[in-house]
Amino acid sequence: VYTSVMGQALQRAAQWTSAKGGSGGKLEFTKLNEELLNSIIQYVDGFGAKYADESKLVFKKPLTWQTTVSPDAISAPGLEDRGGDKISEAKADKDQPLFSIKRDGSDNECSAMTMEYCEQVLRASGDKKMIEIRACLEANRDPVANMLGERFATVEGDDNSIFRFIEEITKEIEQLAKQHAENEGNTEKQEEIEEKKLVLKMRLILLRLDQQLLNQSIAQITKDVRLTPIMVDGEVTILQELSGDDERKHVLETIDFWGDGYIFKNGCRAPPQRQLHGDIAYIEVRPFDGNMLYITANTSGYYLNKGPDNRGDMNYEKEGDAYRELVTLLKDKSAHFTEMIDKQEFHLKVQEKDDYMDARRVEEDDDDRESTAGYRPDRSKQKAEEDSKDKGQKQKAQKKKKLEPSLKWKALGMEEYQEPDKRETQKLKKKKTSPRMKTKTPVDAEDSFSESSTESEEEEEAVERRSETNADLPSEYWQIQKLVKYLKGGNQTATIIALCSMRDFNLAQETCQLAIRDVGGLEVLINLLDTEEVKCKIGSLKILKEISRNTQIRRAIADLGGLQTMVKILRDPDKDLKCLAAETIANVAKFRRARRTVRQHGGIKKLVGLLDCPIVSATSPEADKDAEVARSGALALWSCSKSKKNKEAMRKAGAIPLLAKLLKSPNENMLIPVVGTLQECASEPSYRLAIRTEGMIEDLVKNLKSQSDELQMHCASAIFKCAEEKETRDLVRQYGGLDPLVSLLQKTENKELLAAATGAIWKCAISPENVTRFQELRAIEQLVGLLNDQPEEVLVNVVGGLGELAKDPPNRMLVRKAGGIPPLVNLLTGTNQALLVNVTRAVGQCAEEQDNMVIIDKLDGVRLLWSLLKNQNPDVQASAAWAICPCIENAKDAGEMVRSFVGGLELIVSLLKSDHREVLASVCAAIANIAKDEENLAVITDHGVVPMLARLTNTVDDKLRRHLAEAIARCCNWGNNRTAFGREGAVAPLVKYLKSQDENVHRSTARALYQLSKNPENCITMHEAGVVQPLMKMVGSQDEDLQEASAGCIGNIRRLALANEKARYS
Amino acid sequence: MPSKAKPVYKGGERMKFIEMLHHKSHFSKTEVERLLQMLKQQCPNSPKIRMDRNKFNDFVHKNFEMTDEMIVDRVFRAFDEDNDGFINELEWVKGLSIFLRGTMEEKMKFCFDVYDMNADGYISREEMFHLLKNSILKPATEEDPDEGIKDLVEITLKKFDYDHDTRVSFDDWTKCVNEDNLLLEALGPCLPNLKTKNAFLELVSDAQHDTGMSISAQQKLKGKVTY
Repeated sequence: VYTSVMGQALQRAAQWTSAKGGSGGKLEFTKLNEELLNSIIQYVDGFGAKYADESKLVFKKPLTWQTTVSPDAISAPGLEDRGGDKISEAKADKDQPLFSIKRDGSDNECSAMTMEYCEQVLRASGDKKMIEIRACLEANRDPVANMLGERFATVEGDDNSIFRFIEEITKEIEQLAKQHAENEGNTEKQEEIEEKKLVLKMRLILLRLDQQLLNQSIAQITKDVRLTPIMVDGEVTILQELSGDDERKHVLETIDFWGDGYIFKNGCRAPPQRQLHGDIAYIEVRPFDGNMLYITANTSGYYLNKGPDNRGDMNYEKEGDAYRELVTLLKDKSAHFTEMIDKQEFHLKVQEKDDYMDARRVEEDDDDRESTAGYRPDRSKQKAEEDSKDKGQKQKAQKKKKLEPSLKWKALGMEEYQEPDKRETQKLKKKKTSPRMKTKTPVDAEDSFSESSTESEEEEEAVERRSETNADLPSEYWQIQKLVKYLKGGNQTATIIALCSMRDFNLAQETCQLAIRDVGGLEVLINLLDTEEVKCKIGSLKILKEISRNTQIRRAIADLGGLQTMVKILRDPDKDLKCLAAETIANVAKFRRARRTVRQHGGIKKLVGLLDCPIVSATSPEADKDAEVARSGALALWSCSKSKKNKEAMRKAGAIPLLAKLLKSPNENMLIPVVGTLQECASEPSYRLAIRTEGMIEDLVKNLKSQSDELQMHCASAIFKCAEEKETRDLVRQYGGLDPLVSLLQKTENKELLAAATGAIWKCAISPENVTRFQELRAIEQLVGLLNDQPEEVLVNVVGGLGELAKDPPNRMLVRKAGGIPPLVNLLTGTNQALLVNVTRAVGQCAEEQDNMVIIDKLDGVRLLWSLLKNQNPDVQASAAWAICPCIENAKDAGEMVRSFVGGLELIVSLLKSDHREVLASVCAAIANIAKDEENLAVITDHGVVPMLARLTNTVDDKLRRHLAEAIARCCNWGNNRTAFGREGAVAPLVKYLKSQDENVHRSTARALYQLSKNPENCITMHEAGVVQPLMKMVGSQDEDLQEASAGCIGNIRRLALANEKARYS
Repeated sequence: MPSKAKPVYKGGERMKFIEMLHHKSHFSKTEVERLLQMLKQQCPNSPKIRMDRNKFNDFVHKNFEMTDEMIVDRVFRAFDEDNDGFINELEWVKGLSIFLRGTMEEKMKFCFDVYDMNADGYISREEMFHLLKNSILKPATEEDPDEGIKDLVEITLKKFDYDHDTRVSFDDWTKCVNEDNLLLEALGPCLPNLKTKNAFLELVSDAQHDTGMSISAQQKLKGKVTY
């Protein structure tokens, strides 16, 4: 059974129990040992087939052990049955048979002197292979010595035995050759040498196994020891639960993280410069006995540091040993802890890291906390995905993700380090919610990132997974290694053979991709690009193109300077070469740094140059080639165009007219990257303008009717982005683009396409003419149908579209008739910010109609809207407040309804403290509506609405001025609010509003001034501020409301003046 | 210039011969004449217009930068269809036709013939070993240098041997090369590279001569082909 042969690995890596009884210790039952044993079993099994000669090599000493295999189970030619025992006929020497298995009580003793027999016993043991191997190894601690003799025994330090042996053999061979020359052929000697050669070969084979096992165990061990932020958080959380004031019950007084509590995205709390040293967090522990302990949690373990100095700066210097577990460290430092923790044995189960369930629980806690803090809102989605995966894998993946703090941190730059203010966090959150679909939603105008897509961010998270894959090296690994060797050491011929053979591997498979990298293949492949040999370059690029689909490979290629070389190749006269280089660049430039590199080395210009190909209708090989070059150029530009600066560079290089020309191509393969690039660039206003003016809208519309879903999606997506502008929306309609957009709504299976199409409909619906066409196409009914069971990316756009369409009164009824109101109200309970903004707007539009309002009211929609005022996102707050206005206007018993929301009025008044203009304007509008009800006006007055409104009067924003003045006008109708406004200084600024250009502002301001002028003090203030002149002008306005209010105000001022005069003369 | 060539055949026959060569190659009649002239200049003193092995070696070395003796020898044999140790006018034109303007099929056949040393229709392991034995530059320290070559041969064989008979037939060869054109000269470069090919074509092609060959090009022609 056995073959266990691997000296160093067993000696060092395998975990032996400390008690070394009898012939040797026992192998512990650990995962590591089990894996090692498994590898050995696999190795022995099939040894004979691989190494026929070696397996017959007779051992120096037999391997003897107690076996569970019965002698009857073993039958092989050359075995003799002797009273139940089996003994081989072949003998090593004297009376030592090569193999024997003897009955000996319950156990049988087995002794084997060749690999062949070992293999047979193993095979006979059936499913007990593991027991058998274990028994053999335990009985023979150094199997190599048994097999090949003491000279090969495993020793500490340098092992020169092989080299000595080789010398010996060489010497003997030389001697033999000499003898041969003297005609003294010595066959015996020759045989001896043959045997020694065999021994050597065997030793080498075993060495290889040894090495393999060591590698395996190293991978295992490193995985074990490294701490991760999750583990640290877990341990601290548990200990926190066990800490408290009670000395008799708790293990520690307090334990907490030291520092400002900021958690980096990677889960670390240590400042970035310390993260580079592997620090994860610092822990502050107050034990019951002794001083405060400051502990550093480092990836290498827990250790004490010198604690903070007087100024509160941490002295990070290490004091004492590192411990693998926090508990072990604390046990060493605090006697009380040791005593108490032992009593808590039960709770501490959670501590064991290989206990999957518990570890998972801790992790989940961790996740929850993080997501509320706003760092990983995409977790739930991710989790759902992961749940379907193997549980073990999930553990690994999550742990890994957090394992490499510094890497991600580096990639993201310093942006994350400064604690971002709330709004920025929000933005981040929004971006993260839909990493994959993000490209399809219009880009936030104030987006400070230069990226129009978050794909790159996704990639920044790709971390090394090397150690994982190393654990079991597949055969491809070795074969690829060999090929790389020929790439390195071969001439052109060997290189080409190796390159072509490498492509026979499944390069789409990650194992192969990483194998190439791990054996240094990338360096060679990239070096080949610098040679003069076109064939080598082509061969190398063909491989790079395939493997660069892997994110880690992309990074490696960029690190090795591959992009620079490929950019150079773009100028090569060979078209195949150009194509391959561009396609590879397309794959590599999927992350920010790579895109920058391409730009900085003039790649954009060259890529744009590739687009310049004559469009000929007749197909000839030459024209096809040219088209292929252009296509690959477009592919690369597509990847590159995700960076803002690259878009700019492309524009400057003249990409737009070339793209416009290619857009006329009838070839789908060409159109997809071209439209893909266009839609990516359409986030820039300059491109949107160009797309419109270069006549590309027509082609985009035409391709909406293409057969390819992908092409349709990119076209829709481009229209989505471009239709921000009115002219574009009109063009889409004029070219008949609305019809195909609506018909795309049928493709409910393809969510990306659906998201793009609904997005385009949403934006197109901003133009009233388009709304009419959509009505004819029955778009509302179809959109309402999509309100259920769609991913958020689609819902955002569907709801956005409905919101726009419902601006047209007849459509509000259509939404109701199609049953759209309940699902819309239902969506108010969601969490996706972008969706909430759109839903509130749509609900608000629907509430403009009485019949709709009845349904909304019944579904408690107003309460839901109201609760959204508490949302963190100001856009949601504002949109909710706007939606509340028509609700109050159209609901029956609106005043009663509003009062029924506990704390509702206080909440809305408090929003006047917001510093977001849109929120303020919307809240003012809502307050104006609320104040129509006297009782509610009384309540909000008590909540201090007057001084808060007064404080806002200095604004210059017309929208806010309009609604603010309206709110002031309405609020005057209670108690001494008029006087209060005057006292708070609201009057004089209002007078200035009359100079605004906006009629609406005039109207509401005149109304407010009229109300305020009922108080004499205010009249004086107004008069002093020069109100009469502008009001006189407004009396002459066409607008009756404005006329009336202005006249009323002037009347009040006049009356006060008259009264004054009268008083003076009487 | 071609008109100055001393006709081996009488006028009419000569024209027929050139006509025949034109049909058997990718060259125009004038190009054929130029090539023949070139051949003639190579062997100024011999009674027959033909090129021996040494001259051929020099020729491909100078014009096509082909230096690997073994391969050049094999190329010579591939040119030398009648195996008489000389390249006559017919072989010269046909060989250069493949060299300079060959179709993929022709080139595949040519390369296969070059590599099929014993002309038995198969490239065997041994032949591969022979062709590849110099292809590993860096001697592997730890192992027998032949070991690496053997390994490379196995890899190559695995790549080419579609029918698994441990040798490469012409069928195997064409299948594989069609699949991946890079493998055309898999066992050693035996065709001129793009640069030398174009340079040589410049000397003979009609396009160049029609536009009036420059003096320098004419001189180059003389310099190249006469020594």
